[in-house]
Amino acid sequence: MSGIQTLEPETKWGRFQNWVDDRLPIFTFMRHSLEEYPTPKNLSYWWNFGSLAGVCLVVMMLSGIFLAMYYTPHSQHAFESVDRIMRDVNHGWLLRYIHMNGASMFFIVVYLHMFRGLYYGSYKSPRELLWILGVVILLLMMATAFMGYVLPWGQMSFWGATVITKLVASFFPGLENGILQLLWGDFSVSNATLNRFFSLHYLLPFVIVGVVILHLVALHKHGSNNPLGIDLKNPKEKIPFHPYYTIKDFFGLGVFFLVFLSIVFYAPEFFNEPDNYIPANPMVTPPHIVPEWYFLPFYAIVRSIPWRWGGIFLMFASILILFVLPWLDRSKVRSGTFRPIFKISFWIFLANCCVLGYMGALPTDGHTFGLPNILISQIATFYYFFHFLGVLPLLAKYEKTLPLPTSLGTPALGAKNV
Amino acid sequence: MFKKAILLMFLAFMSLQVFASDAEHPPKMNWSFQSIFGTYDRAALQRGFQVYHEVCAACHSLNHLAYRHLAGIGFTPETIKALAAEKEIRDGFTEEGEIFKRPGIAADHIAPPYINESAAKAANNGSLPPDLSLIVKARAHGPDYLHAILTGYAEPPKEVQLGENMHYNKYFAGRQIAMIAPLHEGMVNYTDGTPTNVEQYAKDVVTFLTWAGDPKMEERKSTGFKVMFFLIILTLFMFFTKRRVWRNIKD
Ligand code: HEC
Ligand code: HEM
Repeated sequence: MSGIQTLEPETKWGRFQNWVDDRLPIFTFMRHSLEEYPTPKNLSYWWNFGSLAGVCLVVMMLSGIFLAMYYTPHSQHAFESVDRIMRDVNHGWLLRYIHMNGASMFFIVVYLHMFRGLYYGSYKSPRELLWILGVVILLLMMATAFMGYVLPWGQMSFWGATVITKLVASFFPGLENGILQLLWGDFSVSNATLNRFFSLHYLLPFVIVGVVILHLVALHKHGSNNPLGIDLKNPKEKIPFHPYYTIKDFFGLGVFFLVFLSIVFYAPEFFNEPDNYIPANPMVTPPHIVPEWYFLPFYAIVRSIPWRWGGIFLMFASILILFVLPWLDRSKVRSGTFRPIFKISFWIFLANCCVLGYMGALPTDGHTFGLPNILISQIATFYYFFHFLGVLPLLAKYEKTLPLPTSLGTPALGAKNV
Repeated sequence: MFKKAILLMFLAFMSLQVFASDAEHPPKMNWSFQSIFGTYDRAALQRGFQVYHEVCAACHSLNHLAYRHLAGIGFTPETIKALAAEKEIRDGFTEEGEIFKRPGIAADHIAPPYINESAAKAANNGSLPPDLSLIVKARAHGPDYLHAILTGYAEPPKEVQLGENMHYNKYFAGRQIAMIAPLHEGMVNYTDGTPTNVEQYAKDVVTFLTWAGDPKMEERKSTGFKVMFFLIILTLFMFFTKRRVWRNIKD
């Protein structure tokens, strides 16, 4: 039957595979990208987070599609319909808690995935586009999560939507009203807003799937980076993805679900704001409007600048700057393991992001350790950009990096902690 | 009208800003439902419903619950039917265009004390008693906070100027609440010999309202136990398989 295969397979299933493959090379594709795909043998557990992010996306889409069968996108019914999912739909509470906490887990996983890339220089040549596609995914996730949070139509949904849409609109001076009406579909956050957000919340995850596919195509072109950050020239230093990394990913998945599901079953309201169990009320502003935790660092940046437009500009810039990161850090050495000063700056940067996140949750007029929150936010915002625009370019120029090993077989000094 | 609304919003915003920091932190209580294996105390749930039914229901609705849901606190179908039938339910219109009224059935949602928000406000000096279906989830430290509110009434300190129809309560934002102290010793007759004091009423009704906001908690925890047990085994299995598969890979 098949012109390529020389041996006729013995089983029916084998013959069927060949028949299909001859017309649609799907089995060849799977073999190529899973079984034979050569992968560095020294990847650490930090390399698990990519596949975990993929699983999160699938979990979100599946739970979301089932939620949407019961959810009612109408300002008069949305809050109640979510509550009915929790009370009356069979295992509806499970679906909703999976979706609600899944969003937080998704961001945890993706942030860890990104910090992994930052530390090991995974954004450097030849993986610049791979990194950029990742940043596109992050932006799409943020839009999706923001609109999803509006759907249960509680107080935080409503007021979060009001605050954030106004922020976005005031980025375009003179066009504010036009943009707001475009986003709201009305003169305030209203039923029309809820409808279009639901529509987009359903759409965007599928767009994310598209970008994820591109992300994977870009990954498979040059394969994974590795903790040493060196190009592996000897094919013996690579092992087939299957079974080695399939089983490692499955083990990681087990640990991930242990964490995820213990939150779902035992602390499902952990990430939630109590105010979102109060139905949306345009006449009552909550005393303290906070976005979801995964937006807090960016919220801190926007609030740190008294000049509104400047704050919004910096908020967008803080993510967009990631697009040009490969050209800001021009050091030829990828892995932080061989960059003694970069390594320190990485941890300072990470700590600084946590400070920003913490500040995002506090009122701007308060004090922390005797310092005004606004001042701390400003310093942290400055440092965030200084890391990209000052530290990284300077280090690329002046840092003395450690000698790189030429292969995995001869780890150089200082590579103990890989 | 619009300007007034904005002004009101602003005032509400400002007052909450000032007051929020002002309330005392609710004391931590021991609840049977808090631990990993914790469940609701069935007797407390039923007493709590009695308190809600005889006291709170005069002002507060419980809109998200139907009578049939009360099977979850151990009521028999007969009790539920009888409870529902006490109430008259408006159910659309007759052929003559009159409002059609009939006795409640188990599938009806628990009948609210007021026909709409305006009526509720009018009857409470302009304050709206919130719906209690999700109140425990809608407040930080829900059960502790509710217990503190219900037991936290006191004579105001001399320097405090109470607003009209306001009551001093140090756990409420601003320390002034429009709800009059709802619980008094001996006001609800328990049939099971449990003490009939304010502390006990508060504990029972908070247990009931926690259940009302999270009726699937027990199912959630017991499903969770099975799932976690399975997952731990599976993950261990994965771990050992991984070790075996990787055995021949040298660093
Ligand atoms: C006489 C009418 C009345 C009765 C009876 C009553 N309440 Fe209230 N309740 C109110 C009003 C009015 C408010 C609004 C208070 C405010 O906003 O200042 C309120 C508010 C509340 C709140 C919200 C507090 C907050 O944080 O916003 C809770 C919880 C509450 N009541 C519980 C109960 C419970 C439990 C009972 C029964 C034991 C009860 N109430 C009985 C009138 C009543
Ligand atoms: C990238 C993937 C996704 C992310 C990050 C995401 C995020 C969110 C978030 C944060 C919420 C609010 C949770 C809450 O407080 O209740 C939400 C709600 C919702 N999402 Fe998604 N979502 C994703 C995919 C989907 C998909 C594919 C659907 C399918 C239609 C969907 C349908 C819904 C529905 C119906 C709700 C409202 C119900 C509820 O609030 O529980 N989501 N989503």
